[in-house]
Amino acid sequence: MTTQLCILRFGTRFATNLLFVNQKCSIFSRHSITRGFHSSNTAYNASYNEKETFEKILIANRGEIACRVIHTAKKMGIKTVAIYSDADARSLHVQMADEAVNVVTIKSTGAQAVHPGYGFLSENSTFAKVLDESGVTFIGPGEKAMADLGDKIQSKIIAKESGVNTIPGYNGVVKDIDHALEIVKSIGYPVMLKASAGGGEVIDGFKIASQESLSSFGDDRLLIEKYIENPRHIEIQLIADKFGNTLYLPEQAPSVHLDPPTRKAMGEQAAALARRVGYVSAGTVEFLVDPERNFYFLEMNTRLQVEHPITEWITGLDLVEQMIRIAANQKLTFTQDDLKFHGWAIESRVYAEDPEKYLPSIGSLSKYIEPIGFTDKNEVRCDSGVVEGSDISIYYDPLICKLSTYGETRDKAIQSMLRALDSYIIKGVTHNIPLLRDVIGSERFGSGKISTKFLAEEYPDGFKGATLKEESLHELVSIAALVYAKRDLRNWNWITGKESLSKGELNEKIPNKWDLYVNVNKDFSPINVKVEKQNKNEFLVTTGNGQKVITTEWPLETPLINAHISDLNQKKKTVTVQYLDPLPVGFRLRYVGTKFDITVHTARQHELSKYMIEKPKPDFSKMILSPMPGRVVSLAVTVGDVVSQGAEIAVVEAMKMQNVLRSVRVGKVKKINVKPGDAVAADEVLVEFEDTE
Amino acid sequence: MYKAANFTRNFSYPLKNISSFLIRVSPVSKSVFSRHVPFTSEIRIRKYASGNTIEEEILGKIQDLRAKAYLGGGLDRINTQHKKGKLTARERIDLLLDPCSFNEYDTFVEHQCTDFDMDKHKIIGDGVVTGHGTINGRTIFVFSQDFTAFGGSLSKMHAQKLCKIMDMAMKVGAPVIGLNDSGGARIQEGVDSLGGYADIFQRNVLSSGVIPQISLIMGPCAGGAVYSPALTDFTFMVRDTSYLFVTGPEVVKTVTNEDVTQEELGGANPHTVKSGVAHYAFENDIEALQRVRDFVDFLPLSNREKAPIRYTDDSPTREDPALNHIIPVDSTKAYDMRDVITRIVDDGNFFEIMPDYAKNIIIGFSRLEGQSIAIVGNQPMVSSGVLDINASVKAARFVRFCDAFNIPIITLVDVPGFLPGTAQEHNGIIRHGAKLLYAYAEATVPKITVITRKAYGGAYDVMSSKHLRGDFNYAWPTGEIAVMGAKGAVEIIFRHVSDRTQAEKEYIGWLSNFKKRNNIKEHYKVGEAASILIENLSEFRSKLQVLILQYELDNVYNADETGLY
Repeated sequence: MTTQLCILRFGTRFATNLLFVNQKCSIFSRHSITRGFHSSNTAYNASYNEKETFEKILIANRGEIACRVIHTAKKMGIKTVAIYSDADARSLHVQMADEAVNVVTIKSTGAQAVHPGYGFLSENSTFAKVLDESGVTFIGPGEKAMADLGDKIQSKIIAKESGVNTIPGYNGVVKDIDHALEIVKSIGYPVMLKASAGGGEVIDGFKIASQESLSSFGDDRLLIEKYIENPRHIEIQLIADKFGNTLYLPEQAPSVHLDPPTRKAMGEQAAALARRVGYVSAGTVEFLVDPERNFYFLEMNTRLQVEHPITEWITGLDLVEQMIRIAANQKLTFTQDDLKFHGWAIESRVYAEDPEKYLPSIGSLSKYIEPIGFTDKNEVRCDSGVVEGSDISIYYDPLICKLSTYGETRDKAIQSMLRALDSYIIKGVTHNIPLLRDVIGSERFGSGKISTKFLAEEYPDGFKGATLKEESLHELVSIAALVYAKRDLRNWNWITGKESLSKGELNEKIPNKWDLYVNVNKDFSPINVKVEKQNKNEFLVTTGNGQKVITTEWPLETPLINAHISDLNQKKKTVTVQYLDPLPVGFRLRYVGTKFDITVHTARQHELSKYMIEKPKPDFSKMILSPMPGRVVSLAVTVGDVVSQGAEIAVVEAMKMQNVLRSVRVGKVKKINVKPGDAVAADEVLVEFEDTE
Repeated sequence: MYKAANFTRNFSYPLKNISSFLIRVSPVSKSVFSRHVPFTSEIRIRKYASGNTIEEEILGKIQDLRAKAYLGGGLDRINTQHKKGKLTARERIDLLLDPCSFNEYDTFVEHQCTDFDMDKHKIIGDGVVTGHGTINGRTIFVFSQDFTAFGGSLSKMHAQKLCKIMDMAMKVGAPVIGLNDSGGARIQEGVDSLGGYADIFQRNVLSSGVIPQISLIMGPCAGGAVYSPALTDFTFMVRDTSYLFVTGPEVVKTVTNEDVTQEELGGANPHTVKSGVAHYAFENDIEALQRVRDFVDFLPLSNREKAPIRYTDDSPTREDPALNHIIPVDSTKAYDMRDVITRIVDDGNFFEIMPDYAKNIIIGFSRLEGQSIAIVGNQPMVSSGVLDINASVKAARFVRFCDAFNIPIITLVDVPGFLPGTAQEHNGIIRHGAKLLYAYAEATVPKITVITRKAYGGAYDVMSSKHLRGDFNYAWPTGEIAVMGAKGAVEIIFRHVSDRTQAEKEYIGWLSNFKKRNNIKEHYKVGEAASILIENLSEFRSKLQVLILQYELDNVYNADETGLY
């Protein structure tokens, strides 16, 4: 069995997370995959089917994961209760659930069990304890296991005791700076200082880290350990029932870098750790592996893994269902040997975030169509918690969807991911599909030569949208010209109101040839495209790049255009383009993930367009604009202040992120339009400078 | 009453000579003619071996003249025009009309002024190009003033050319689009020029409500010239190159001592934001002409026609679940009414008129099942969607236009009332508000009203209520129809009760009961709004038919009276 994995995590908190898992193995045949979610492998569950689990469970989470859990619960015939805060009273998970209560009134619902999802309350042992005391089952590990493993220092000690490899370091709380220095001497540099209660140089470092720890986690205890150079991050997913069966699923398995014995050793150590603390339900053990394949225990996440769809694709398991069954005191019906993997899966996290500026985008999803069902093979799964009309608010993580695709081979999985991204319609917010599409479509990604430095190496100046090569540019303008022609024909298609012309006379005049000039983003010089209608949906399109016949059944003004292009060599190709919005003279298309503003001129318009004067853009250096919707935290200047270039002007907070806005030039403050505490919109003018010249 | 005698004398005589030149020539020259190629070299005449016939010589002369006419004020002036980012009169017509569809009238007209040596300065066409053509196959009359010829100034003959197409348009029943680019009156002609303006104004008024009239201001338009656009139905402007003012900055300086630029005084910005004189501003000539083409597609050619129906792929039975949650439950929370509109109408296509003026009310054109409809909606995003003077006037004029041209009106109501205060009262909110009331009460086109949230007080009545002959009136579950909001009402009804919290709750309960009792149509899902409206409209197509028949009956009588027909 060869397995390969790469996790790319980059950028800010909101940056793209791309997860790629590759599995080649073919012992188990894959079972049915329902729309979006594939159901568990029946072989695993045969003996469960008759057994009762719960009648009603509460899902103590929101968004995508809440929908995910409700989905499985519905499949199992369990009633669900959703919780909501005022900010998401109209969310999809609230609509999907059988009942919904405000977060304040959970108790009254009579739910027998609570599923925490991940994040939020999932790793909060106090929450589990409270539930336990009130006789409600917590769908997850026991309170004690959670408490033991949730603490980084404690978990290390337990790991060491269970015979798990741990990173050399001091297994205890570091008292003070002197103590820290002493420990460092014994294990040798480089070292890392970490907060005990949270995820995270010695003297300054100690002070800062301890303060940080106190402010972030209410706990100033620190630990010291050896720093592993060039590590790879490996995660082992576990599933354990209450009868001592603990199995490991290499959900996030390493690349070719790991050999089967190492993987087996890691899996067994992880299972040993779980057994030691009496861990039940799903969980993930994280390891660091150095280039010599030495692996060290890092930490354990006592919850369902965010990336679990990948595991589910390749194992055919429904992990949430397993968690519910375990919580209902059922035995696992499969053994370590039954767990086999098949095929390849990719997951992309689609965020409401501008991939060029790494800023979150908020708003209402004015158009939202998930790319499910464009093939009948069920290769695409969307784990999302939104529908058309949903709001992406400043209160929560701007994750729109975990889009995952499956394929028999890595290439097939990539191809269906590309098609899924191309057909995924999201309007109303800016999202990171352009970047995802560009990365996954790149040759380098295809060849698998990826690393955590991928983005920095491929986009040294940041991502600026897809760059079009000659061929793709001509493909785009050809489709644009076709869109123009179809819309033009529609404009002549009068059903009434043509009284001044007889039908025959009108028909004679309807154009069937167009000589057009297409301008893409005003970056390129306009490209001449000649279009000739051949029949209703078939057009002959000529550009400088040759002649093509394009067929498309595009229902006018709908967002998805599937254009079948065949060139003179009879080479056929299907291109998916999204039609986003009409523009005054042209329209906006999404092609290979990126938005393009297309201007289409007739030959005469093109001839005369040379006389049009390009209008100067307003000078934004004279003002400070809010980069996104949020709240003004502080203002560092008052009217009349002279500021230097780079001086702090204001701090704007959005989505719990503080952004310092700095002056881009020397200037005197002329006007301040806001005060601390004000809510501001994107591009709202906060501070204006006087004209210096 | 208009005197027919004057009318004939003013223009029939000179045109008699000219019309004899309007001969349809050989196919070659016809195609040249319609493509407006302004170079003599391209105009070729077929020659016979036997030499030119007299007819051919005449034709040759005509071609020469035509070539000259195409050059307007000459190449230098055309270059100057281009340098300003402006197109010439004929180039504009090219972009406005379907290719090769333009039929020009009175190409060879020259002015007849002899004062101030004017007889030595003549330009063929006299500063305006007139004629008819088609936009997406439908007939349109058009005039395009030529700034290169005498600065596009209006002479007697210039005015007569305009009057001619306006009269033709009324007879035929087709819209008139004016492309204005004129320095004003031809001063040398004195009262002849002023009289010309008045002739045009008179026709603007006579055509009003008979054919749609659109003015596109593409250059300066000052003095008397401004009143013709003001009398037409829609005035569009081009940013940075067009100006509309009664008196220019120099006069303003001498009279009021204000320093003001042309742009600040009468550019597209003040007129679309502050004065409400212009209905829309476009970025440049190409965009303006393209968008006017799109705009005309919404209008019937005359009041004798129904609102046009154009093919659409949008399903007439569509459902949009997002509409179910689009109105915030919290009645103090704002939302963008445009989102509601674009979710209901075909393809989300909404041509908003006056988007920057009196933003508390939204007006514009859309389509449902391909048929043009008018939308009027309160905008809760701006001043809670309150009705004030500007909003009332903006919407009233629009409603009257739609009533005249058989365009069904869909009104989306979320209105907290009329705006209180001395500023409004002293400026006459009562009489201006009454304009909107009058317009709705008078309108006989199909009227469908959807109350999305608030409909309070007199504003409820005004906004196309069922009591003003609304054909279909709906309230969404979020609707609140009452004399006033709960708080205010409770303070009056329960003024002797000290604890009014309970009372307020009761009042709100009563409000919802009221909704139940008066729910005008059956309950339906908000998400189905579009398909319900489409169904209603198709039921009411015959209402339009009746209206048009009625008009035609009336018109036989009116025609005799005006003496025009």
